[in-house]
Amino acid sequence: MQKEHRNWAADPVLSVEHLTMRFGGLVAVDDLSFDVGRGDITALIGPNGAGKTTVFNCVTGFYKPTEGRITLRRDGTVSTEELAELTRGGNQYRKTDKGSIFLLERMADFRITEIAGVARTFQNIRLFGGMTVLENLLVAQHNELMRASNYTIGGLLGLPGYRRAAEAAKEKAVEWLRRVDLLDRADDPAADLPYGAQRRLEIARALCTNPVLLCLDEPAAGLNPRESAELNTLLKSIRDDHGVSVLLIEHDMGVVMEISDHIIVLDYGKKISDGTASAVRNDPKVIAAYLGVDDEEVEEVERDLHVKPGAATAEGGPQ
Amino acid sequence: MAEPTSAAANRPEGAERLSEDRRDAMRGEPPFVEAPSEDTRLVRSLKEAAITAGLVAVLTIFFFAFRTDIAVGGLQLSLDPMLWITWVAVAFAARFALSYFVFAGERPTVAGWKKVAASTRGWPVGKVFGVVLLLVALTLPILLSVFLPSQNRYLLDLAILILTYVMLGWGLNIVVGLAGLLDLGYVAFYAVGAYSFALLATNFDLGFWVCLPMAGLFAAMWGIVLGFPVLRLRGDYLAIVTLAFGEIIRIVLLNWYEFTGGPNGILGIPKPTLFGLEFSRGEGSFSDFFGLEYSTIQRFVFLYYIILALALLTNFVTMRMRKLPVGRAWEALREDEIACRSLGINTVNVKLTAFATGAMFGGFAGSFFATRQGFISPESFTFIESAIILAIVVLGGLGSQLGVVIASVVMIGGIELLRNLTGLQAIFGAGFDPTQYRMLIFGLAMVLIMVWKPRGLVSTRSPSAVYKEKKVIGADLVAQGEGH
Repeated sequence: MQKEHRNWAADPVLSVEHLTMRFGGLVAVDDLSFDVGRGDITALIGPNGAGKTTVFNCVTGFYKPTEGRITLRRDGTVSTEELAELTRGGNQYRKTDKGSIFLLERMADFRITEIAGVARTFQNIRLFGGMTVLENLLVAQHNELMRASNYTIGGLLGLPGYRRAAEAAKEKAVEWLRRVDLLDRADDPAADLPYGAQRRLEIARALCTNPVLLCLDEPAAGLNPRESAELNTLLKSIRDDHGVSVLLIEHDMGVVMEISDHIIVLDYGKKISDGTASAVRNDPKVIAAYLGVDDEEVEEVERDLHVKPGAATAEGGPQ
Repeated sequence: MAEPTSAAANRPEGAERLSEDRRDAMRGEPPFVEAPSEDTRLVRSLKEAAITAGLVAVLTIFFFAFRTDIAVGGLQLSLDPMLWITWVAVAFAARFALSYFVFAGERPTVAGWKKVAASTRGWPVGKVFGVVLLLVALTLPILLSVFLPSQNRYLLDLAILILTYVMLGWGLNIVVGLAGLLDLGYVAFYAVGAYSFALLATNFDLGFWVCLPMAGLFAAMWGIVLGFPVLRLRGDYLAIVTLAFGEIIRIVLLNWYEFTGGPNGILGIPKPTLFGLEFSRGEGSFSDFFGLEYSTIQRFVFLYYIILALALLTNFVTMRMRKLPVGRAWEALREDEIACRSLGINTVNVKLTAFATGAMFGGFAGSFFATRQGFISPESFTFIESAIILAIVVLGGLGSQLGVVIASVVMIGGIELLRNLTGLQAIFGAGFDPTQYRMLIFGLAMVLIMVWKPRGLVSTRSPSAVYKEKKVIGADLVAQGEGH
């Protein structure tokens, strides 16, 4: 049953290979490799301090990783040879008629969103609090509107091309507000919204940048059960209706187990498990990491962790 | 959807924010209420007045009671207790009146104001006020010549000065108010604009209208030059570097003697012309062409309309840009820089455009300043100018165009007004010179504004895009950006 679900190996949108991030002497992420399947909801879980947000910051360009390669395949398939060639050369990305690949570790954070199509949200919500909900979504369409306004000149002169683009941007914003059920609050300042609504607005804002991969940092944190259920529906519809792949960090196992197609478990910066929800749930290493182990099992688990970090566990299931 | 209030209280973040709000409302004081005093209103007021008078007595004894004069063999100390006693008595009386009638008064004095504020809530007060101000500004030369012909020239000159500061305030508002980047060296761009025009005009014989765009361009270029090193700086560091930049420009102007004339400045800067017509006596002048009698006031009216047009251009472009993606990105940058980057916005470009646009308008204003004065020297571009412009923006309310106008009129016009308060000499004696107290009054006004309106006169923000209904955003929600 697992085999047919392993979309991430067959058609990955994002491949993280040998990612290492050191802060001084601290190794936050240690030789981590995983794939995110196109059109999947992938969850990155692990105990506090496992390095999940660091991985996120590396993928979205907020940190430059110490080592490793992060590849985004925006559309179509690009051969391994081409990827190897791009890696050897100095370029950040390559676009061919068959598809385009981006080496995210070489790109600046805003370029990753702008041209590679990775959008993110933050663990502590970062909205433009003093701007209205509608304005928040318009800011997210900055680059499109900038081009339409001929880099401000056309906009200043009020050319029709810009006016059309501005109308279209507003329509897109309104459409997303309708989707996340915030349309009646479109003219309120974002900081005035209740917490759950702010979370939804942040997701809508990220989606306004037209991403292929949406990275959500604890989207269900601070939500009540009903809001979590609504979030699940929203994320599924983002995946199914818009074809956006989702990578999320989450502590709420209800959310993770219900919606994830693929789960990666980190502990102390290493991957300890990788597979479908059912495989990960029954993995003794995951149980050990979350619940701790009996004294007599400590050695065995430690040996597993160090000798073959994260390997073979992809097959999943109890060993 | 969740109810806003209950949802906010049930969650840690919401609850934390509520308790923070409550703490802010108490200004860090513990929530206790003073036990009501047993004294009657009169006794309490007398007590408070006595405490105030005592404080004033202690603080002012060395300034008022003693006087040193140069005498043979050194200094001579003389005692002048009358002045000291007068001021202590003034403090006592003032505090007593304040305590008895206002603080301990039967009726709260602010209630009347609150009623007025509540009844005008729905009106577009700001809009109406702005339109009235604009009409007055457009017809000011006519109004002055009709109603105050005797002081026409003086008041017109003052209006030109005020409008120069309005324009500078609007220019700085882009950088500080919209983009939220604290700039303490704005006068540098004013200086660049002034010197660009002066040097181009005196060396290459170019006129005002040719030099104006070039001066703006040079200033914008220097805005970008300043922008680059401060891209990574925040808060206090940003303020210090911009402050230093303003001083560097002034000191270079002062010391590069061969190029700028150093402390001697530049003389003989030409006056602007109206399509080649000069405002002077004789052949080919404005009055000659239109068959009018020559009067110096014509040139003042012309200058007035130039600066009015420049200021209105600044306002128009700024208001327009606010509704464009670049302006929205400025405000987003002020709200949250990291979120901006996560949305694919190149914050380097956003900061540089803010610096360049603000500097360009500073450059325009500078070249107008040069043509109005006919003479410039580094003396005119000291740090105090930057401070005044920034004070105008902060007092007016960051990001508010109308606030800048009000603050300029009050700060520049108000200080000038002090010169005319010669009537006060009847009270304080012939030696009293009100202009000597202008910095004191200036400081006092700032303190009062910061106590009553800490976010400036006009502190609300109006959204740049509207779906159904335009709602004004309160100051408490709007971020102030870096360095505040």
